Amino acid sequence: MNARRNSILLPAYYFSLIVLLYLPIALLFLFSVNSSAFLSFPIKQLTFDWYQKLFAADAVLRSARNSLVVALGSSAAATILGTMVSILMLRYKFRGQNILVALAVLPLIVPYVVLGVALLLLFSVLHIDRSLLTVGVAHTVVALPYTLLIIASRLAGFDASIEEAAMDLGADYPTTLRRVVLPLIFPAMVSAWLTAFTVSFDEFALALFLAGTQPTFPVYLFSQLRFANRLPIMIALAVLLMIGTLMLVFIAERFRRREA
Amino acid sequence: MTAPTLPSPKSEVFGGGVLKGRRGRGLDRRATFWFIYLPPLFWLIAFLVLPVLLMAAFSFRPDMHGDLFKSWTPTLSQYASVAGTSSYWRLLGISTLTALGIGSSSVLLAYPLAYFLAFRAGTRAGLYLILLLIPFWTSYLLRVMAWKILLGTEGVINSFLIYTGIIHEPLTALLYNRTAVILTLIYVWIPFATLPILAALQRIDLILFEAAADLGARPYHQFTRITLPLSAPGILAAFFMVFIPTVGEYVTPLLVGGSRGFLYGNIIQDFFTKAANWPLGSALSMIMLAATLILVVLATRIINWRQLFE
Repeated sequence: MNARRNSILLPAYYFSLIVLLYLPIALLFLFSVNSSAFLSFPIKQLTFDWYQKLFAADAVLRSARNSLVVALGSSAAATILGTMVSILMLRYKFRGQNILVALAVLPLIVPYVVLGVALLLLFSVLHIDRSLLTVGVAHTVVALPYTLLIIASRLAGFDASIEEAAMDLGADYPTTLRRVVLPLIFPAMVSAWLTAFTVSFDEFALALFLAGTQPTFPVYLFSQLRFANRLPIMIALAVLLMIGTLMLVFIAERFRRREA
Repeated sequence: MTAPTLPSPKSEVFGGGVLKGRRGRGLDRRATFWFIYLPPLFWLIAFLVLPVLLMAAFSFRPDMHGDLFKSWTPTLSQYASVAGTSSYWRLLGISTLTALGIGSSSVLLAYPLAYFLAFRAGTRAGLYLILLLIPFWTSYLLRVMAWKILLGTEGVINSFLIYTGIIHEPLTALLYNRTAVILTLIYVWIPFATLPILAALQRIDLILFEAAADLGARPYHQFTRITLPLSAPGILAAFFMVFIPTVGEYVTPLLVGGSRGFLYGNIIQDFFTKAANWPLGSALSMIMLAATLILVVLATRIINWRQLFE
């Protein structure tokens, strides 16, 4: 009797939480097809106007393009650096190895507000103007732990004797890396790249300090929150971006699961 | 026929005796080493170590006057002013307590989810897990903003209640306070907190339950004597994975907290933007960084992370 009651309680709890988790997301979607700029009940009319107006809203689209540029650049850099640190971590032994790895995962625990202001300080002292580049640098730093963990866990799954075999057959070490190691960890690299992309794409806490005059989409969204009548356009774009991000996440997941 | 014996991987790869005989190959490896060692080293020093050191240096600067790059006589005046201002400490205390509350609530709410996924969801567990994680992958700013739309004075809850005639004046207590921040953050963290608990639950050998049942243990005792103790590492991991980023949180208070819901991170942000008192902001940041690092060291002492995520 007790067991049966439990077997209903747990799924009920799970599904009510799922509803609660999806409610705000559904709400946003509703907001983006609601004819009035204010979402209040009852809803009067549904429309795709906001999506149409979106394509005439230059500033909004520019901010989305900025986010895209930053995410593409920082995710590529974070993946390359993550691959390098993974190889250093698992295929070499050198002094200071632990320190390097610790530094690479440190951004996971440094509060973003602290890292943000520290980088702001650095760029100000060096007289480097805040731009998409400075945001990209910050995103590369915070994405590195993710790329490192994803790539290293894949590389750890391969016995180093495969490389040894390649070298016994006459390949030098760079060739072995290029022809043996990189192809093996390639799925993990793709997954790491996509993860880094999504980390960067809606990152706000760092970008707010470092974006300067070229806002990324979250920063722009934040600056527009006061203007209620501009909100539906922003949300329409956000919904489109959300769908895009989700697709990326699914692709990343597929690549991560594609085990040899 | 015997299998060809390979030298153990470690001896070759980690530069053991085998490698020394082949000079050319060792050279390859060494050249490659520098090629892949220098870029990450440079990056981490330039954009992680250096900024933090600079911030540390700035926290000993007396004021903002003059060029950013000028030299200054180190002084503890910023730390003295932080120490003398009780509201900073109170806010640090409040932020820590808030994070503590958010961490434990998230774990408490996530535990049944993880339990369901591990033991009751059956073959659909994978699908259910993805369903749970999708909200976590959607934009953080957006989900927080959705709560704003939900809770605001002209928001969904208020307009719905007014429409149905339950209330006549909008409820203003829903938004712009610390409760709104706490609710929003718990909501944001629940899916995330489920993962380490689930990982711990999945490691439990099901035979233990059979054995316990054979020995006459009721489900309640099975849970308190087997499930709970064995999932404790996951519970702790989930707690710290929520607690640590929450201590430094400043975005959610900015969006739904208002000035009444500000946390410690918000005063740092203020001193670097509006107030433009970077030395004081640096001192506050250093205190926050130190507090976080102490917490993390504590967490690594308690939890065997490697074992949990293997």
